[in-house]
Amino acid sequence: MIVIRLLTQTVLLALAQMWTNKVRALLAMLMIVIGVGALILIVGGSEGFKRNILKEFESVGANKVWIFPRFPHEARARFSWRQVRLMAPEADGLLAHCPSLARMTPILEFSVPFQYKEQRKPFVRVQGIRPVWHEIEQRFVTAGRPFSAIDLEAVRNVCLVNDKAVEEMQLPSGGVGSYVLVGERRFLVVGVVETKLVSPMFNRGDAQSEVFVPFNTAQVMRPDSGIYVVAQTKKPELFEDAKAEITFYMRKSRDLKPGDPNTFGVEAIEQYIAQVRRIGTMMTMFLSGLVMVALLVGGVGIMVIQLVSVTERTREIGLRKAVGAKPSVILLQFLVEAVVLCMTGAAIGLGIGHAVVYAVRVWPKSPLEQAAVPMWATAVAVVFCAGVGVVFGMFPAIKAARLDPIDALRHE
Amino acid sequence: MTITLTGIQKIYRVGVERVHALRGVDLSISRGEFVAIMGASGSGKSTLMNILGCLDRPTRGEYILNNKKVARMSAAALSQVRNEEIGFVFQSFELMARASALKNVMLPLAYSVKHWWGAKARARRALERVGLGDRMKHAPNQLSGGQRQRVAIARALVNEPSILLADEPTGNLDSRTSEEIIALFRALHSEGQTIIIVTHEEDIAGNAHRIVRLKDGMVLSDSPTREDPIHREYLARMATAAADLARTHPQQPDRSYSSNRSHSPAVAIPSPQSAKEAAP
Repeated sequence: MIVIRLLTQTVLLALAQMWTNKVRALLAMLMIVIGVGALILIVGGSEGFKRNILKEFESVGANKVWIFPRFPHEARARFSWRQVRLMAPEADGLLAHCPSLARMTPILEFSVPFQYKEQRKPFVRVQGIRPVWHEIEQRFVTAGRPFSAIDLEAVRNVCLVNDKAVEEMQLPSGGVGSYVLVGERRFLVVGVVETKLVSPMFNRGDAQSEVFVPFNTAQVMRPDSGIYVVAQTKKPELFEDAKAEITFYMRKSRDLKPGDPNTFGVEAIEQYIAQVRRIGTMMTMFLSGLVMVALLVGGVGIMVIQLVSVTERTREIGLRKAVGAKPSVILLQFLVEAVVLCMTGAAIGLGIGHAVVYAVRVWPKSPLEQAAVPMWATAVAVVFCAGVGVVFGMFPAIKAARLDPIDALRHE
Repeated sequence: MTITLTGIQKIYRVGVERVHALRGVDLSISRGEFVAIMGASGSGKSTLMNILGCLDRPTRGEYILNNKKVARMSAAALSQVRNEEIGFVFQSFELMARASALKNVMLPLAYSVKHWWGAKARARRALERVGLGDRMKHAPNQLSGGQRQRVAIARALVNEPSILLADEPTGNLDSRTSEEIIALFRALHSEGQTIIIVTHEEDIAGNAHRIVRLKDGMVLSDSPTREDPIHREYLARMATAAADLARTHPQQPDRSYSSNRSHSPAVAIPSPQSAKEAAP
């Protein structure tokens, strides 16, 4: 009880002391203010940067794994395209051999002219897909229906288009039910797929017209074309397992000997996400470390001001001791003063830092619209500043506590 | 017995030299006494006061204050003794410039274990006791010198100390204000407060019941005021001066304050200023 009262009194006293020496206190804590402000700014900024990149990755789709044909760099000439290309039967074996995969679709992609009545586009991107593609890409049919198993089995000439294609080709009544020419074949539009803006990092930014046909129909249109596979792992953290399983299965099915290079590629989005996280964290740690050094320098400023204060208030210290202040109480008083000084600086710095981060976030077309200060940064700033206050306030406080009351009262 | 000093020695070390500030002082002061400690500079009176006030520890000897052996206490323990047993009044008041009178008086209570509840009311009572009930919110620079010293006295009294220890309490005051402060001390003494005044002014010392004179770190004399030879001589000299004054300037108003003194000879004692005015 008495300790709490003493502490409250001491804190109030320190605040009053600071208030009477406003300018000096402000100068003393300037470095702390700058340091804490910079810390918040750096952490908030790099957090925003990290989140931006992660968002771009996530716009491509989390949990995703691509399997595609690839000539090995070091032994290009040893393999022919026939050995390297990925065909449907091999892709179909993936789900059975890779327990980490939840679903997959082979994709056959090509580009052909696209026409509806007088509207004609020389090239449109056509993808042959299976119905499960909607779930993997998280792009669903907004009007009409998706492909059915019969569409695939019967190799029907039906297609899905995206909103952009409906708009570009001026398809009537939302597009569904119109007949369009895809590569000079007549297709019935059975559904409309939502357009998804993939981030500019992976695409050119604005949405393009897209046409989707059943995978089997695409195979008929391009019988020799190679395909690639998009699969989805059961859980995000399974991507390493999935990659190992896929590699094992593919090498086995291609009869590659030990020492032979892979003739295919496997990429998981998660591995890039993990890398970005790691780089972001490292960057934040490094810059925060630099700022901590600035805060230590700020601590020296606090110490100098406290030493001046002790010298200036020698008589007051003498009086306090004469009327019964124990050395420990005087020590506490000056220590609290240093900590209060540091914490006030930290509070101002936190305010400025948060304000700037907020401003950066709401700035129109801000490149860091995801900027946010995590709780741990605020906590670290506060705790570190308190620590700086205690460490650098200790020497002046000990000096004050050791003053002899008689000498102190005689001090001019 | 409130205070018992036996064989107090204090040796300071200045470089390689040893300075004997006190060379064996024996002194007893009982509860309710009003004692003046006198001596020229270098006599050791400041050192004695510091030891009496528990600000300093003697090199040798025993000091018993209210049955507590304080001579060998730690700095922290002495702080508590000062807080509870001793009220200091300094020559230069030592008030905190930015704090109000009330806040200044509350200062010792901040370090008090006993009286932390109702500190404000206590401080208010102490200020009323010294006649400053209407000046509580005033800062020291809004108060006159006498009022400042009253605030300091209130601060000394707020913890109800067993000793009021005043070091040249009127040293920074003019003669009229000095009279006021001395009157206050006398009033406090009549209420039963033990008071020790350290001074070099004979007329201030004359208000005490007992004068202890120090010389070269030893007690020169220790006797009731009316038996103290030096003080008697001083009074006689003042009486002659007053008589001269009365003869040359019959209309001069009598500014002495001896009339309110009960224990000293009923002689008119003018203040030193008026004596000086009379001299040429």
